[in-house]
Amino acid sequence: MNKFMLFIHKTGSPPWFYQFSGRLLPWVWAIFGALAIWGLYLGLFKSSPDYVQGESVRIMYIHVPSAYMSMMIYALMAAMGFIGLVWPVRITEIMMISSAPIGATFTALALATGSLWGRPTWGTYWVWDARLTSELVLLFLYLGVIGLYAAYDEPRKAARAAALLALVGVVNLPIIHFSVKWWNTLHQPPSLTAGGSAIDPSMLWPLLIMVVAWKFYYIATLLTRTRVRLIEQDQRKR
Amino acid sequence: MDHGPFILASYSIAAVLLTWCALAPLFSGRHLKRTILNRLKQMENDNASNP
Repeated sequence: MNKFMLFIHKTGSPPWFYQFSGRLLPWVWAIFGALAIWGLYLGLFKSSPDYVQGESVRIMYIHVPSAYMSMMIYALMAAMGFIGLVWPVRITEIMMISSAPIGATFTALALATGSLWGRPTWGTYWVWDARLTSELVLLFLYLGVIGLYAAYDEPRKAARAAALLALVGVVNLPIIHFSVKWWNTLHQPPSLTAGGSAIDPSMLWPLLIMVVAWKFYYIATLLTRTRVRLIEQDQRKR
Repeated sequence: MDHGPFILASYSIAAVLLTWCALAPLFSGRHLKRTILNRLKQMENDNASNP
């Protein structure tokens, strides 16, 4: 077995995972802190205001990375749920349910900051257009996964039920992503695409740095929540 | 329209939500550790009184 596969197998062991994550956490928090400070400094002080939107464009450095993370975390949560259903790996089940509140937080943040950005830009806090509505459905899906897991006493059964709901909800992700192309929406088309971006570099760099910073934030909070849940589940068994 | 309040509100909400999301598991972890330590002390006392 090569080193990578050995590492993957080791992470399935709760004691090994607990020790490894404990050593990794300070570094992940430090990288998040450094990236967030750098990204916010560039976004708030070094980038120019938009010629149409003015200063309100600075909300983009919170809103866009949060929206991106809301979808990425759901996809990861569904993938972990699938792995937990097919190969009942306890760590994967715990990481799946630990991801849900973090994803819900980013979704709520995307909705709140989007609403605050919409008021000065579109003249309204909310419209029932495809992008906003599908993002709201995503928040309900996250809350549904958390609620369904909490409804069961037995953790393995809870994880299976939550994983099934998460997998069903995956259909919402392409709806959110393609909503601005499929329907006539108030929300603008994507700023970042695989083919590149039309955003000025002075705005693009802080945006990309904040996206990476949010990813490290997710890793750090996920590891913290997973560690606590591991102890909680083991304590209940005794 | 002054955009300042909207920007301030956005960053404030982000700070509050992300801080809560990061700290909540730390508080529940501390509570859990305290519960486990109390249980261990209880077991030690029981063992000491009933050798």
